[in-house]
Amino acid sequence: MSLSPSTLKHYFTTPEQQFDAAKLGMWLFLVTEILLFSGMFVAYAVYRAWHPEVFAHASELLDWRLGGLNTVVLLASSFTVALSIHFVQKGENDKVTVLLILTLLCAAIFMVVKYFEYSGKFDHGVFPGAAFAPHGEGGGHDYAEYDMPFAAQFFSIYFVMTGIHGVHVLVGMGLFAWLVTRVIRGHFSPEWYTPVELTGLYWHLVDIIWIFLFPLLYLI
Amino acid sequence: MNNQETLWLPEAASTVAGSVDALFYFILWVSTVLFVGVIGAMILFAWRYRRKSPQDRPVPVRENKLVEASWIIIPCILVAIVFVWGFRVFLELGVAPPNSYEINVRARTWSWLFEYPNGAASTELHVPVNRPVKLKMSSEDVTHSFFVPAFRVKQDVLQGRYTYAWFEATRQDTFQVFCAEYCGSAHSLMVTSVVVQSQDAFEAWLADNVLDESLTPAERGERLYTQQGCFACHSLDGTETTGPSFQGLAGSVRTFTDGTSTEADANYLRTSIVNPAEKIVAGFEPLMPGQYATTLSAEEVDALVAFIEEQ
Amino acid sequence: MSAASHSYLQAGRGIGSWLLTTDHKRIGILYAVAIATFFLLGGILAMLVRTELAAPGETIIGPDQYNQIFTLHGVVMVFLVIIPAIPGILGNFVLPIQIGAKDVAFPRLNLASWYIFMAGALMAVCGWILVGRVDTGWTFYTPYSSGASNAVLWLTSAVFVAGFASIFTGLNFIVTVHKMRAPGMTWSRLPLFVWAVYATAIVQVLATPVIGITMVLLFLEKLLQIGIFDPALGGDPVLFQHFFWFYSHPAVYIMILPAMGIISDLMGTFSRQQVSGYTFIALSSVAIAFLGFLVWGHHMFVAGQSALSSIIFSMLTFLIGIPTGIKVFNWVATMYRGSVWLRTPMLYALMFLFLFTIGGLTGIMVGVLAVDVHLHDTYFVVAHFHYVMMGGALIGLIGGMHYWWPKITGRLYNETAGRIAAILVFVGFNLTFFTQFILGSQGMPRRYHDYASFMASYPEAAMLNMASTAGSYILAVGLVMILVYCLHSLLRGRKAPPNPWGACTLEWTHTGPVPDAHNFHETPLVTRGPYDFHIADDVFGTADKDL
Ligand code: HEA
Ligand code: HEA
Ligand code: HEC
Ligand code: CUA
Ligand SMILES: [Cu+2]
Repeated sequence: MSLSPSTLKHYFTTPEQQFDAAKLGMWLFLVTEILLFSGMFVAYAVYRAWHPEVFAHASELLDWRLGGLNTVVLLASSFTVALSIHFVQKGENDKVTVLLILTLLCAAIFMVVKYFEYSGKFDHGVFPGAAFAPHGEGGGHDYAEYDMPFAAQFFSIYFVMTGIHGVHVLVGMGLFAWLVTRVIRGHFSPEWYTPVELTGLYWHLVDIIWIFLFPLLYLI
Repeated sequence: MNNQETLWLPEAASTVAGSVDALFYFILWVSTVLFVGVIGAMILFAWRYRRKSPQDRPVPVRENKLVEASWIIIPCILVAIVFVWGFRVFLELGVAPPNSYEINVRARTWSWLFEYPNGAASTELHVPVNRPVKLKMSSEDVTHSFFVPAFRVKQDVLQGRYTYAWFEATRQDTFQVFCAEYCGSAHSLMVTSVVVQSQDAFEAWLADNVLDESLTPAERGERLYTQQGCFACHSLDGTETTGPSFQGLAGSVRTFTDGTSTEADANYLRTSIVNPAEKIVAGFEPLMPGQYATTLSAEEVDALVAFIEEQ
Repeated sequence: MSAASHSYLQAGRGIGSWLLTTDHKRIGILYAVAIATFFLLGGILAMLVRTELAAPGETIIGPDQYNQIFTLHGVVMVFLVIIPAIPGILGNFVLPIQIGAKDVAFPRLNLASWYIFMAGALMAVCGWILVGRVDTGWTFYTPYSSGASNAVLWLTSAVFVAGFASIFTGLNFIVTVHKMRAPGMTWSRLPLFVWAVYATAIVQVLATPVIGITMVLLFLEKLLQIGIFDPALGGDPVLFQHFFWFYSHPAVYIMILPAMGIISDLMGTFSRQQVSGYTFIALSSVAIAFLGFLVWGHHMFVAGQSALSSIIFSMLTFLIGIPTGIKVFNWVATMYRGSVWLRTPMLYALMFLFLFTIGGLTGIMVGVLAVDVHLHDTYFVVAHFHYVMMGGALIGLIGGMHYWWPKITGRLYNETAGRIAAILVFVGFNLTFFTQFILGSQGMPRRYHDYASFMASYPEAAMLNMASTAGSYILAVGLVMILVYCLHSLLRGRKAPPNPWGACTLEWTHTGPVPDAHNFHETPLVTRGPYDFHIADDVFGTADKDL
């Protein structure tokens, strides 16, 4: 492997070692991310087990079409990321740039949809926590009907989980923007593209977490 | 059974205390033997094999699989014994006999209220001797914990659900009840007594403590002052604890943290009780619980106001 | 070996060369300075607590201040001292050299961890000064904490932030141990300290995210009343306790495992003997790390969890005694037919054995269901955890600091002063905390500002509390003495030889008196185990000559 000495850090002996280390580190980080979310999944499971009807009822307020759209968007973005890694390995950096920008776009669409979902809720007083006071009508729902004990818990959990997930999407967008600038400046080559690969791993995790969130919150 | 206080444990005054103590001493002694063994060997080796000169060359010791196995197996046996024993005593502690006498316990910052089946209520726990007593406990605010060392009984008391504890006192005497879960400023003062009486004395006491309809509002207020735990924060003699004293409160001018002030008339006293967060008296923290609006009836609030007005 | 001019201490000058360093050794020292400061702070708070408790009634501070002080004491000692201490200081300094690496896998992340840690620490301390004081206890139980002052928001955020530092440190070490070992450094040749820090790192990575999310939820509970933990809003306070202890029990192994690693190294080096049961000790760390995740419910035997779960938790709790016992017995066996050299580090190793065995065995006592009903939330528990945390983890750290001091600073400290301080610490510690076992089993509840009511049933409480307070002063004198002779050693200590103890691990055999900036001139080739004293006769000659 021909490698510019500047990318091999002095404390590593081979590029393979350096790449493996980075990858293992990223995997470990993803494990901690999963554990972070699993705390929330436990809270969700506990409250769902205690108040199954309330949760089933409250989840009707979430629009599965919007959630489904977001699922498709995220899946597509995972695909573009995977492709970008494929092309960076081949050194076709123009394609990489396009694919990364597409990914960034998907993430942005996701956030826009989320914005409309959130504001639709806020308009009818569906807030997390003490401010929860559903009222008014919209989208075929009489919101006041949802003002029942423990519905607030459902929406608190919904906002916390999707909110923290949303923060992850935003971080991902930042990372992709940064990657695009680096690709354009020609920092990556088939020999060295670790940041692309690692960001890809991260993005797959963000996607997978959403794959769990969507059915749990919107469908069942 | 030994009721005497020992170096380790306080006097034992309930039926379960004996079993708990036996288990406690068993583990204590096993631990002591293990400890002396380990530390004895350590001191022995440290002395016997101490370095005598820099030229010392120790003899390499081969690992002995038998020794290695023995200190896995022996502790396993020990913990198995302790587990089974501890489990059985725990069941004994956990399940109240079916014929138990049931008392309701309410905990709130920072006092206890005990309610008896005949309607009597008091801030001190009275129980008959040699009769299983079951406590049905709940908290009005944060988590507290009911703890009587002499009975070896402890149970957290939570808001919004019941927890239970039971004991059968074996001696007529007065013992202490502590709050063992941290609950704020006066946690260490959330203490009361449990008075163990003969059946007759207990019944006489019960009869004396039922609610008397013929009381004047101020007299009822006085009783509520104790039962509702106002005494935990408001003295009657002018000393300032967590809250202002009731002495001379009515009619005086109150200054608040926002700089405004007002005269303490009946209406002010009423709002202070049902909505304490509205105005905070200067020099105090907003610590007064907010639940009295729901736990006290309008009549009871009137009685309390009447009582405060007399102070 | 290398000339002193290449030493990592001289690799750069000025404050910037320290604050921007990515050298794992210098980062270790950054941690050391920060943590010693926090330890001093936590210790001063402890002294205030003990002084207040010297006599019943109000002695020097009122109830609210008392509650705030023990809360800050607990938070500082746990989150800012003991959890980051050994991995941060000695893990950083020693681990890469012991495995023959030039640095950790992610040096910049390593520095970032320190900054994140400092940010968390400053949030805790500044929040305390600027926003308000928290009095919830270090356990933050709801609903008390969600109703308490807004300062709780700061403190929970601080814990959240400091948690990330812990995660990143753990992540770094796992990757370092997996990927950065020198040729010949097989898993069975890893020093036991490395094994221990590795096991710790696994716990850090797997457990810490959970305290992170717990703090987030508590923060939101307080800020928005989301009703997850607060019973008044339909939440469940016991759920909070489950969340909290799911992290905080494994966290106690984050505290003790690395100290156990230090003890293993000390036992081998100062007995000049192959550490007995190397494989057992190495794997028992992993076993403890694993079992540690399954016992959190033993803090909640009287909290209102179901009886069945209590029983399961109790059983699993006992199991932890087995791998721990394996370690203890093997440490003692290591001295058998060795050449036991009672220098200061070894004194601390023996002290660790003494104190930790007491702490561990009393841990088993409180793990017994029926007995814990009586002992829970009394001073018995306070004594238990000080025996394992101060008597175990921190004594291990102090022993380790004495052991590696010559390598870190290039200087020797005064041995006589070291021994005297060790004796003071030992006597003071036992007087402080053994008395608390008795107070606790007699029923004295913890977190009591005033124990006058307890004295009504147990008058001896006054005497025992006074003794405990006196002990804590002796302990403080011992610790201050350590600080003083260490500073003295820095300024005018004798120069240390490269291997004053005649140890066998790479940091002693393959570096100069003080390691180079890049640790080694060339990557070492490892041909023997970490405690193969019998085939490493060469190292004996290098040991410091004065016996
Ligand atoms: C460094 C920290 C540390 C360590 C290592 C431990 C180790 C252990 N702890 Fe401790 N513990 C704490 C820190 C620690 N603990 C803290 C901070 C609290 C209180 C928190 C709070 O409420 O504020 C606490 C509280 C606590 C409780 C709850 C008490 C209560 O609140 O009522 C329990 C109950 O089971 C417990 C058990 C144990 C056990 C079984 C071990 C075991 O790991 C010990 C194993 C060691 C040995 C057993 C000794 C050596 C072995 C032998 C000599 C072999 C022979 C042994 C047998 C046959 C068993 N601990
Ligand atoms: C690592 C953990 C740790 C350590 C080391 C200590 C150390 C000490 N603790 Fe602490 N303690 C806790 C963790 C710890 N504690 C926790 C978690 C709680 C529970 C809090 C709660 O309930 O919420 C608690 C609670 C607690 C209580 C109970 C309060 C109550 O329940 O009301 C008491 C009372 O005696 C106490 C005393 C002490 C004393 C005297 C020391 C002494 O050992 C301190 C000695 C230290 C010094 C005097 C400082 C000297 C230092 C220097 C001079 C710096 C020099 C630097 C070097 C040597 C490198 N502690
Ligand atoms: C946990 C402590 C606590 C308890 C219990 C408590 N209070 Fe208070 N109370 C306070 C505090 C603190 C203040 C002062 C701050 C404020 O104005 O809210 C206060 C203020 C008051 C005032 C206004 C006093 C003034 O000086 O103007 C009245 C009246 C009052 N309480 C009545 C009661 C009654 C009646 C009860 C019992 C039914 C009660 N309190 C129980 C803590 C408590
Ligand atoms: Cu009530 Cu502590
Ligand atoms: Cu534990």
